Amino acid sequence: MTRIDAKFAELKAAGKKAFVAYVMAGDPDYDTSLEIVKGLPGAGVDIIELGIPFTDPMADGPTIQAAGQRALEAGQTLQKTLDMAAEFRKGDDSTPIVMMGYYNPIYNRGVDRFLADAKAVGVDGLIVVDLPPEEDDELCIPARDAGLNFIRLATPTTDDKRLPKVLQNTSGFVYYVSITGITGAGEAQAADVAPEVARIKARTDLPVVVGFGINTPDKARAIAGIADGAVVGSAIVARIGQGEPVDEVLDFVRGLAEGAHSA
Amino acid sequence: MADDLFNSFMNGPDERGRFGIFGGRFVSETLMPLILSLEEEYDKAKDDPSFWAEMDHLWKHYVGRPSPLYFAERLTERLGGAKVYFKRDELNHTGAHKINNVLGQILLARRMGKTRIIAETGAGQHGVATATVCAKFGLKCVVYMGAHDVRRQAPNVFRMRLLGAEVVPVTSGRGTLKDAMNDALRDWVTNVRDTFYCIGTVAGPHPYPAMVRDFQSIIGKEAKQQMLEAEGRLPDTIIAAIGGGSNAMGLFYPFLDDESVRIIGVEAGGKGVNEKMEHCASLTGGRPGVLHGNRTYLLQDDDGQILEGYSISAGLDYPGIGPEHAWLHEVGRAEYVSITDKEALEAFQLSCETEGIIPALEPCHALGHVMKIAPDLPRDHIICMNMCGRGDKDIFTVAKYLGFDMSDTEGREVED
Repeated sequence: MTRIDAKFAELKAAGKKAFVAYVMAGDPDYDTSLEIVKGLPGAGVDIIELGIPFTDPMADGPTIQAAGQRALEAGQTLQKTLDMAAEFRKGDDSTPIVMMGYYNPIYNRGVDRFLADAKAVGVDGLIVVDLPPEEDDELCIPARDAGLNFIRLATPTTDDKRLPKVLQNTSGFVYYVSITGITGAGEAQAADVAPEVARIKARTDLPVVVGFGINTPDKARAIAGIADGAVVGSAIVARIGQGEPVDEVLDFVRGLAEGAHSA
Repeated sequence: MADDLFNSFMNGPDERGRFGIFGGRFVSETLMPLILSLEEEYDKAKDDPSFWAEMDHLWKHYVGRPSPLYFAERLTERLGGAKVYFKRDELNHTGAHKINNVLGQILLARRMGKTRIIAETGAGQHGVATATVCAKFGLKCVVYMGAHDVRRQAPNVFRMRLLGAEVVPVTSGRGTLKDAMNDALRDWVTNVRDTFYCIGTVAGPHPYPAMVRDFQSIIGKEAKQQMLEAEGRLPDTIIAAIGGGSNAMGLFYPFLDDESVRIIGVEAGGKGVNEKMEHCASLTGGRPGVLHGNRTYLLQDDDGQILEGYSISAGLDYPGIGPEHAWLHEVGRAEYVSITDKEALEAFQLSCETEGIIPALEPCHALGHVMKIAPDLPRDHIICMNMCGRGDKDIFTVAKYLGFDMSDTEGREVED
């Protein structure tokens, strides 16, 4: 059982939905980013998605892309992102950390070495956008063997025929992408998303959380209401990008978390 | 070699879209179903004689194929060694090899009922070819082009707009071909239902590398036939320039199992292949990684971040290379070398002076290597080089390097 499994069991027992927050590691710089990450559980975040900066984030919109560029310009590397997770773990042994990004930085480091390091610093799961089930032997299976959850994205284009394949080696939770599009674009509509979540839940016992197109406490409440949780990324990252002080960023996160938790 | 299927170099990719460890389908889940349905449609079309009959008709009457195989006599005399032939793909409609592939993909898009075509472009040749075929078939066309390339390839931007395409300048990254490809993928993820992504080179997720190669292989098939007619035998060496590598793959593929034929791909050496990375020579100066849907050789830093390539030629300015080239490099069937900006410019001038052919800067890299090796080869050694594009689009860039003021209508040399 990973920290992710434990967290969902705890939330279920309390009758609560999960609030998942995404931030880019090292944005705008290592120290500020670490301070934000350390503040997330106190602001009500149940699971932290820690973005791995990459020069070519093909599934992300301008907001996340700019965050990655800021982080890289400030000297962020995959090693520093692992260091950040380790620093966070010193003060928090229960909040799950999911590292999220693209395959090349991981492939470049070496899959086995990366998995050993990630496990050692207390990372619980991985979301790697450009690794569909067809490439499961690259990282998904080795991650599972190393005791890390590999969380898969399901999308509006994932039809019933394909869904079992997407769910097959997924663990931790399923991340449903509410729109066809990139991060930070479009608006998730609870009415459209509800039947899709039901469709996925009919085929898996894993929790289903919904992300993309959620940017306000009301939206977080509406989406969390029809799923097991809601993810917010770009709306938080945009505030970091505007140079908002850490406590204001965390206040905004607190509002979103309260929205999701009130569902 | 050709009669032993197990040792053929022409069997790739495997069912996972891989050439050895290269290639694959490294895309987000949203795109995965689209790529699978494209593969299914292409497999059907590939075995459908009516698809190829339509291609042949358009290649002949719209593109002007077959392109000539031309003996470059004065160039051969000047170099004083091997006999040099040009495969004249610069004579195609729209001025480069790119249209060979675009026609195939657009016919496929029509079969799939797609009404909106998107494309990325570097030098603008693929964008112009896509805009052209879209105009012919009345399809909506959106071309992503790096803002830097929009500036240095202004004539092609104007051509695309004349042809009714929307040209979107891409400002992310350094604003070159790789960034244009990122934005095209973002568009596709957003407009999955009606949009077909027409990729311009032998890269991207499976089935693109194999599909684009198959469409471009008309170059090599013709060249082989024409060489047999002209010389009664196969060439000894075939040479082509490589950015993503589609013109090269098109020339090379039909010759892969002809053991006697030496195959050379020429990458853009920019200012020199050194640790400063001011080049686009992925095989010479890069290492394996995953980008744009496939595993291949990439220019990248120690952290796996992709580096911006540099070349005088916008069409070669890409930090990766088609996965089949990466494989041919590793198994040793093809050799890969690089030519600098300076050497390419010398080749540009030599082609103009000796043959009356103004070449694009891309094939000038291939010609630059011909200039290096031809003088030391015997006179009965036959080289076939792919002249894959014409140079009209590059005259402004070349004028700048040669210190010629294009704004001065008298055409006087600029004094330093």
